[in-house]
Amino acid sequence: MLVRGEIGPVNGALQPVSRHPVALALAFAQRYSCAMLTYAAKRLGLALLVALAVSVIAFTLLHVSSDVAAAIAGEAATAADIEFIRKAYGFDRPLIVQYFDWLGRTLTGDLGQSLYYKKDVADIVLSKLPVTLILGAISLAFAVLLSIPLGVLAAVYPNTWIDRLALFLAVIGQALPSFWFALVLIMLFSLTLRWLPVSGSDSWAHFVMPAIALGYYAAPAFMRLTRAGMMDVLSADFVRTARAKGLSPTSVVFKHALRNAIIPVMALAAVQLGFMLGGSIVIETVFALDGLGYLAWQSIRHNDFPVTQAIVLLLSVVYIGLTLLADLLNGWLDPRIRVQ
Amino acid sequence: MSDPLLSVEGLSVDIPVAGGTLRAVRDISFQVKRGETLCVVGESGCGKSMTALALMDLLPRRAKRRAQSLRFGKNDLATLDAKQMNALRGDRMAMIFQEPMTALNPAYTIGNQLEEAYQRHRKAPADEARARAVHLLEKVGIANAGQRLGQYPHQLSGGLRQRVMIAMALMCGPDLLVADEPTTALDVTIQAQILLLLRQLQRELDMAMVLITHDLGVVARVADRVAVMYAGQIVETGTAAEIFSSPRHPYTRGLLACIPVPGKTKRGDELGSIPGIVPSLVGTLVGCSFRERCGFSAAICAADPPVHSAASHAWRCVLR
Repeated sequence: MLVRGEIGPVNGALQPVSRHPVALALAFAQRYSCAMLTYAAKRLGLALLVALAVSVIAFTLLHVSSDVAAAIAGEAATAADIEFIRKAYGFDRPLIVQYFDWLGRTLTGDLGQSLYYKKDVADIVLSKLPVTLILGAISLAFAVLLSIPLGVLAAVYPNTWIDRLALFLAVIGQALPSFWFALVLIMLFSLTLRWLPVSGSDSWAHFVMPAIALGYYAAPAFMRLTRAGMMDVLSADFVRTARAKGLSPTSVVFKHALRNAIIPVMALAAVQLGFMLGGSIVIETVFALDGLGYLAWQSIRHNDFPVTQAIVLLLSVVYIGLTLLADLLNGWLDPRIRVQ
Repeated sequence: MSDPLLSVEGLSVDIPVAGGTLRAVRDISFQVKRGETLCVVGESGCGKSMTALALMDLLPRRAKRRAQSLRFGKNDLATLDAKQMNALRGDRMAMIFQEPMTALNPAYTIGNQLEEAYQRHRKAPADEARARAVHLLEKVGIANAGQRLGQYPHQLSGGLRQRVMIAMALMCGPDLLVADEPTTALDVTIQAQILLLLRQLQRELDMAMVLITHDLGVVARVADRVAVMYAGQIVETGTAAEIFSSPRHPYTRGLLACIPVPGKTKRGDELGSIPGIVPSLVGTLVGCSFRERCGFSAAICAADPPVHSAASHAWRCVLR
């Protein structure tokens, strides 16, 4: 039997110090992932700062780019009308006072009145939000489910027909404008085959084509990143170690390789979902899906600035939330980030 | 004499490269008995790591392995399919690598990485695998083993990681341990500890070990038998005593002359060196591959040299 002492001291720096209370508390913190909580708190703080900056930009752009009072008053208004509105709405006050006033109201959920619909902006926007979120989620799911398996296969069998097929699909996806691809889908599945409805957002079937059109556009980036990451990781020493242990090919590829290759893909997924919410303006218009994108397009056409502003702010906050989520996922997947 | 645990006959490794085939390992044969340590020694690029990877069937995708036979216990590794090979790897034969900093997966705790092979090969429940992992971490000299299981590789020093690698290789109690330069990447003081540890574990578990190294100091410490490789061939093989006290091949002699001996080599004395460079291994090599660098070379060296032997000592040279 070997006794520890015979082998000599283990590298000193990493030895647990003692049974001292502080040492025990540190061990406890490590054990119950307080490190993860600290990391999450830091990321959250940063996200809040970014959200604040976005609110300043959204507010300033609108008030600097046009005369808000004139827009509210309408085209037929006289100078006196505009001046009256300016006083009534408080637009004559210093910009910074207006900003904090607006921020206070926004935080309590009061986004003002729509100039076109004459209804609460918050109600309008919230009623359209689910459609866009569902579209984004399905599109992302479609993109991920298409691209990650293809990316993995392409990396496991490089320079074979499956790799070429993946590359072909990726190039097509990047080259096709999404609105054109959407029209092709409509011609094929709605007009010729009559499998799916052309437009509207009443049932799940209405979401199939928009999700494919939107998701297919995002898929190539995932696929190439997955393939590149997997190629790197599959030649890493620790993958050889996993093979040396006699693990099954499935375990080597998925447990040991993909887990490490997927980390950058996660970060990209969050960013891509943000782009998809933006891209949904085009897709929702093509398919007449009654969502946020469609609303944004209409509000811009009707000069309905409170709605436009609310949508810009909401999409920004969602985008920031997604980036935060990506950071947290990264921390969860990569222990090296979490522990620092 | 008992049958050898590992008996390699005519092993070659070819790697297609631009301009031909790189013959990294050229028709080598050797045997390892149970409980014995064979050190494979040679300079960089002599094919020693390729030999180790070929045994484990872990060669890079492009490299092709050929062998008359690779007997390991009752199996011939040369004829096993991927699945049968996978069942042996990590169970009856295990490997540790040169780079402990990158050989462990950064995304999983060391406990997870220690336990998975045991669970796969033994179909053991999680708590049994965990107990085995703690036992082995203690055996390789890691204090607070239970707590270490929850740590990630980046939280450990290089020396500790190599200890973890060793514990991982021993999880299923392998008959053969292949160690590819296990101490090269470590500090000198840690090197000595790891070597001593390997030696002790090997004796205790009666395990055969093939240790790949370029360091004759390592060879002197742990080897029972030595195989000296040059340009993809084994040029001399024998017991450690034979190799160190009466080296026959000029290359082995050259290697030994390169080592300073404390007390014998005086300050300012010139250390030995072998002039010239290793020949290209692309294509066919005819004759003694060392003749260009050899002080004894003669016309006869242009033909393939004979293998001379005396007892367990054998060398590939015209000299006796």
